[in-house]
Amino acid sequence: MSRIMACFDRLKQQHRKALIPFITAGDPQADLTVDLMHALVRAGANIIELGVPFSDPMADGPVIQRASERALDNHVSLTTVLQMVTLFRQQDANTPVVLMGYVNPIEAMGYDTFAKAAQAAGVDGVLTVDLPPEEGAEFNQLLKAQGLDSIFLIAPTTTEPRIQTICQQAGGFIYYVSLKGVTGSQALDVDAVADKLTTVRAHTDLPIGVGFGIRDAASAAAVAQVADAVVVGSTLVSLSETVPPQQLAAALETLLGGMRQAMDMTK
Amino acid sequence: MSEKIIGSMPDARGHFGPYGGMFVSETLMEALDELRQAYEQYQNDATFKAELDADLQHFVGRPSPLYHAERWSQTLGGAQIFLKREDLNHTGAHKVNNTIGQALLAKRLGKTRIIAETGAGQHGVASATVAARLGLECVVYMGEEDIQRQAINVFRMRLLGAEVRSVTSGTKTLKDALNEAMRDWVTNVDNTFYIIGTVAGPHPYPAMVRDFQAIIGREARQQIQAQTGRLPDALVACVGGGSNAIGLFYPFLDDKAVKMYGVEAAGHGLETGQHAAPLCAGKPGVLHGNRTYLMEDEHGLIQGTHSISAGLDYPGVGPEHAWLKDSGRAQYVAVTDTEALQGFHELTRLEGIIPALETSHALAYCRKLAPDMPKDHSIIVNLSGRGDKDIHTVAALEGITV
Repeated sequence: MSRIMACFDRLKQQHRKALIPFITAGDPQADLTVDLMHALVRAGANIIELGVPFSDPMADGPVIQRASERALDNHVSLTTVLQMVTLFRQQDANTPVVLMGYVNPIEAMGYDTFAKAAQAAGVDGVLTVDLPPEEGAEFNQLLKAQGLDSIFLIAPTTTEPRIQTICQQAGGFIYYVSLKGVTGSQALDVDAVADKLTTVRAHTDLPIGVGFGIRDAASAAAVAQVADAVVVGSTLVSLSETVPPQQLAAALETLLGGMRQAMDMTK
Repeated sequence: MSEKIIGSMPDARGHFGPYGGMFVSETLMEALDELRQAYEQYQNDATFKAELDADLQHFVGRPSPLYHAERWSQTLGGAQIFLKREDLNHTGAHKVNNTIGQALLAKRLGKTRIIAETGAGQHGVASATVAARLGLECVVYMGEEDIQRQAINVFRMRLLGAEVRSVTSGTKTLKDALNEAMRDWVTNVDNTFYIIGTVAGPHPYPAMVRDFQAIIGREARQQIQAQTGRLPDALVACVGGGSNAIGLFYPFLDDKAVKMYGVEAAGHGLETGQHAAPLCAGKPGVLHGNRTYLMEDEHGLIQGTHSISAGLDYPGVGPEHAWLKDSGRAQYVAVTDTEALQGFHELTRLEGIIPALETSHALAYCRKLAPDMPKDHSIIVNLSGRGDKDIHTVAALEGITV
């Protein structure tokens, strides 16, 4: 059983929802990322989404764009990110790690080379933002051959036939984008999300995570009522801009820990 | 290569061989699908075509002349050079052919707001112009660096009622403006139509923009035969994203004897790495929704580009050009900033036409090509834009403040 599947099974038995924090690898400092990952786990993260920095993050809002630029200034590449996961795995054999990024760095490394290297590093899933199922069938096969899950986005605008196509290729969990826009956008309508999740669940048994627009403990708890997992990104990443690097792990733990507590209280 | 190229590309999902496609986030898929369906519906709709043709004639001023540059031809001492005068279009460049078409689509889709990205500002001006005319709200994204060097066009856009938003992310040029426009579109997709200015981006943009620009080649093909009694021997056009080049080339693709040259910006020289010539010095990758030739480093990160002309300062190129390069149907070459400036000055002094710096790249290559060709052969150069917007740049290089 994959680490991601085992994780959701365990949570289900405990009647808890998964908390999935996102941070950009290499932000604010390359040598800090692995420590931050461990801090997230201490605060109650069940799966870690690690952003692979890219020069043109078209689907991201300003907060994650700036994190990506800082990471690139620190010379963090896809190769470096895989090294970080290897290091993380030396102390944590259980927490699934999902890489989230854009397709060109993977294409530059070579799809097969990447799939094997990611497996060897201890990666569990890959979310390639700009590789829809129509363009990514071959890559998804290569990932599957290495036991890695292809995580896909579903948006509020995704039609039912496309939901079906996406679910056929998806593994691990489905990432439902809770609102129109880029990462870090405002406002979230939980009822609208719940409606759409009913449609998605008709096409898949995979757990569904909801992200975009979750900013605090209250919104995390609200989303946890309707989804299987809560994905938190920009709110965490923005701490890099306000908290000194040496205090960042503690600040992340406090913020994420508050979300964890709120989610578990309303289970 | 199949017998006939025209009409054979792209496939249903926008592929030109291994290039093109729809490499976008799921958040954009529905918007692209709506656009594709609208375009497929209206491209063969007689009312739409009649409205487009009328606008092109009465608002843009088409057909644009094909002008025999006799003095320049004589000076170079070889082939006869004909200039397709897209600089005489309303707003001063070929860009308006496409914005007129896309704005008509926007109107039919009931969108009230249009957005655009721009490098040199020509596409931004052309978008702001059609928005003003149709009473649509218009936001133009432009790199901070380009805003500095294209101040005249920025002011033109503002006069036309458009909001020009400065883009400060990444390299602060055209590619980042495109990223920002995409982000706006994802967020405001309900009321917003994104007018992409070149034959790049996800499907259906490369095919749609090509089809709107192909009027250049259709006219030129008739005009050259009327003037010389035969087809041309060569076509020359500058290539940034590649919309003016594909517009000229496309109607000639099945005329196998007609050679085609796309001219990229070699900037300070291909060997310096400071250029904007992905077809000549890049490799295939994925950016802005399509697979094409890109300037990228060994980690797949997109590199900064350099060109004297903001309109060519782009690290990618339309996917159809990538395919035409691989298939050998068109050849792609590059000329430096310095060579482009020579072309700029020569045309200005010999023919009384001040060309855009983008266009000057095509002129510079024509100077190399024409002398070795027989005098009874002909070359069509796409004079894609006028140079008024570049006067400050050229003056500054000569130490003059205008």
